[in-house]
Amino acid sequence: MSADAFDADAYVTAFAALIGLEIAPEHRPGVVLNLTRIAAMAALVMDFPLPDDSEPAPVYRP
Amino acid sequence: MNTADLATADALAIAAAVRAREVTAVAVTEATLARIAQRDTVYNSFTTVTAERAMAQAKAVDAAVARGDDPGPLAGAPFAVKNLFDIAGMVTVAGSKIDRDLPPATSDATLVQRLAAAGAILIGALNMDEYAYGFTTENAHYGTTRNPLDPARIAGGSSGGSAAAVAGGLVPLSLGSDTNGSIRVPASLCGIFGLKPTYGRLGRGGARLFAASLDHVGPFARSARDLAAVYDAVQGPDPRDPACTQRVAEPASPVLAQGAAGLRIATLGGHFNASGDAADAVAAVAKALGANRTVEIPEAARARAAAFVVTPAEGANLHLADLKSRAADFDPGTRDRFLAGALIPATWIIQAQRFRAWYRAQVMQVFRDTDILLAPATPCSAPLIGQEAIEIAGEPVPMRPFLGVYTQPLSFIGLPIVAVPTRAPGRMPIGAQIIAAPWHEAEALRVASALERDGVAVASCADA
Repeated sequence: MSADAFDADAYVTAFAALIGLEIAPEHRPGVVLNLTRIAAMAALVMDFPLPDDSEPAPVYRP
Repeated sequence: MNTADLATADALAIAAAVRAREVTAVAVTEATLARIAQRDTVYNSFTTVTAERAMAQAKAVDAAVARGDDPGPLAGAPFAVKNLFDIAGMVTVAGSKIDRDLPPATSDATLVQRLAAAGAILIGALNMDEYAYGFTTENAHYGTTRNPLDPARIAGGSSGGSAAAVAGGLVPLSLGSDTNGSIRVPASLCGIFGLKPTYGRLGRGGARLFAASLDHVGPFARSARDLAAVYDAVQGPDPRDPACTQRVAEPASPVLAQGAAGLRIATLGGHFNASGDAADAVAAVAKALGANRTVEIPEAARARAAAFVVTPAEGANLHLADLKSRAADFDPGTRDRFLAGALIPATWIIQAQRFRAWYRAQVMQVFRDTDILLAPATPCSAPLIGQEAIEIAGEPVPMRPFLGVYTQPLSFIGLPIVAVPTRAPGRMPIGAQIIAAPWHEAEALRVASALERDGVAVASCADA
């Protein structure tokens, strides 16, 4: 998915409902703006091919 | 030592004077409290002053000196802590209004305990960005912390109070935290020394988390030797911090005098190419160290992006209950970012954490033939309070996120870094990052000490 195709407004509505987070109307524009910025950063991360043997950095030690 | 010198002396000088009975810890504490009362109305660095506790601790230090007991390496040296560190009997607010509803802390944070055990005197708690999410310490609940060197300017953040209290001549030592640059940015803008140790080196027990997989704690000081003294006093396993290393303490003070001898030093290029004062700072440091090689670490901009994704996700999860029930009580400067962070899909986080491991392996390749890397700490010296944009290489960028453009890709993989202060004549100070391989804090501190000895790194202190 390219960042351009990302509909942050629709996503905020759907995901916030999924996790039970009610976003006040006056907070919503700022949330959409910030999620759009995070999505642009995430696109840089997601575009980068990683080898299958790369594990997430945090390692659990029982 | 007369009390006028206490505003500019480093902690070890104060401790030496207390141990030699040239001044009492009580006199040092009284003078410190008087300076705070006089000056902090401008700086707004302290949110709480623990005068009663400080006087009691000072009397105990003086009593130990009188008995001939060892009062500790930092005997009588005042320090203060970012208000996310627990102080027994006080509510840890972490820059928030919401956390005022929490019960008082039942014990001191690990690092506060260890500094007190070393004889240092806790003076109070310091202002910060709410929940450590910011680079400016423009706090809606507790006010903006001003830069003591020019009160029209920010002190940086999120440990802005910690840097301002030292640069303002209030205390010689403070503690802060650094998730993406929150020690190094304010150290740079206030012209003092700061140490962000290796991820996991210093215990975070009793320190309010922000983004746990990236959170570090560390000291600010007026000298490299003070950074080393604090670092040495507080190392060691911390049962309250699952990320804290089990490695034995590796003291830095005994090796400081080795300076930069034998260390292979290079300047970071690529993403870390700065302009203006920031470039001048790195060039001055590199020249003094005879470092004429430039190296690049791959994908640093992507590393910054990955940190930019992980941070709000972890922070938002930590505060999710409050985001659901009382979002309006958050600082408007952090609220929308936390709310957005709650909505980040898991696959972005997991990819960012996988990228982190890959990136770490790439950077470790660079350390095969280099011991120390140099980079700017901030893209510019302290911006004005309320300023929206700064310039990087002639291009305007938003000030708040971009203050961390050079710090974020490095804390992302937990490298130990000393921010050293430089200052050109007639200019505001600006810092350079002295970056070592993981667990090699002592090498970065040796280089900082050498730069200080040669007059290249100089801590600033506001005029009284």
